[in-house]
Amino acid sequence: MTLTRDGIAYCVARDLPAGSYVNLGVGIPVLVAGYLDPRKEIFLHSENGILGVGPKAARGQEDLDLISAGKGHCTLVSGASLFDQSVSFTMIRGGHLTHAVVGAIEVAANGDFANWRVPGQAVPGVGGAMDLAVGVPNVFIAMSHVTNKGQPKIVNRCRAPLTARGCVKRIYTDMAIIDVAADGLVLREVLSGMSPDGILAKTEAALTIAADCREIDVPQTCNGIELLQ
Amino acid sequence: MINKTLATCSEAVASIFDGATIMCGGFGNAGMPGRLIEALRARGLRDLVIISNGAGTGPFALGALMGDGGVSKWIGSFPTPTATLFRERYLKGNVEMELLPQGTLVERIRAAGAGLGGFFTPTGVGTELAAGKETRVIDGREYVFELPLAADFALIKAHRGDRLGNLSYRGTMRNFNMIMATAARTVLAEVDELVEVGAIPPDDVHTPGIFVDYLVQVARHPELLKVATRGEDAP
Repeated sequence: MTLTRDGIAYCVARDLPAGSYVNLGVGIPVLVAGYLDPRKEIFLHSENGILGVGPKAARGQEDLDLISAGKGHCTLVSGASLFDQSVSFTMIRGGHLTHAVVGAIEVAANGDFANWRVPGQAVPGVGGAMDLAVGVPNVFIAMSHVTNKGQPKIVNRCRAPLTARGCVKRIYTDMAIIDVAADGLVLREVLSGMSPDGILAKTEAALTIAADCREIDVPQTCNGIELLQ
Repeated sequence: MINKTLATCSEAVASIFDGATIMCGGFGNAGMPGRLIEALRARGLRDLVIISNGAGTGPFALGALMGDGGVSKWIGSFPTPTATLFRERYLKGNVEMELLPQGTLVERIRAAGAGLGGFFTPTGVGTELAAGKETRVIDGREYVFELPLAADFALIKAHRGDRLGNLSYRGTMRNFNMIMATAARTVLAEVDELVEVGAIPPDDVHTPGIFVDYLVQVARHPELLKVATRGEDAP
């Protein structure tokens, strides 16, 4: 059994502190929005110029001029603000956001990661990936633990083109939660039913098992969506 | 009396020339100057260099310009899968691409508009997008040097404008439009509504008229009046 994509997002949402300013990347990261406790007043940033992104606009209620970075029509939460690209990237690069949750192709033990260009991709695009990586103090990766061919994605050294060096703070996968510490990777939480040794076997980089390493605590479902499969 | 208004987009783009460097505002469809871009397409100019965040959202306006064959180079950040015509031409080797991190793209444009000779950014250090660029260590951190990026023309889109060129935007239309309006020799704006001077309260003027050379009031391009069909999860 592993966490679903929503299960990974649930774990990230659980750990984001109240009052955070967070940018969610495409893929698993955007699912985090659905699991945030409104009492925590977490503001979501969209790099095209929004702080305070709300839920997707209801059908028929779309505002043509209001889209999020994924190009879908969104709403704004109470207290939201709108701004241009220069202000948006001042927030990102200037270290004003608190967290960026992004997907990755590979993450290395030293905090390097690759997420902007799949090797062999014919037409690359980078968007705000590199700015988020260097500017935001807490870069969290949300991804599957291994590739669809079963190859480890947590590696000694990235082989895919780098997004940035040494900036990842924590990795959330479908089977583990791992901190990137100064002296290497630390296994913090393991999915129920999996042993730390089982995680080690699916990880190329060396892992230290935290003294207080515990089981990931997630319900089977949340809002009717399966978190475990 | 200052009057920067023109009757048509065709008049607005009449002075654009072969080989011109042209900025196009917009992020996705929001704030895309679709009518000005279509008027530019009708000119059939050659060897254009286009600066825009994306390379189009479908086979119209920016996306169509990229397929026309008149664009020899594109400088931008994110050619999404919907930028099909650009991607086809790029894969055939018919258009050059200079890819920049999005924050570096906007800051290079800002530097040009603000009269700066460039800047050092931590973005891209150690990656292939910084290859060959000058670096410097400042307070123990490595930065890459980026040059200003100016243009001959900027095509921008705002919601409201007055004859002085004062502009205001709605929602996420500001995106690149506000900064591009500072960084081109000639700035052309397309607006939904032309209003009397003073109708836009000074607190709500996002682009002061000093930056704008000409503006045209025109109904939006029909493709830009459609609800985007792509979801939150799209790249």
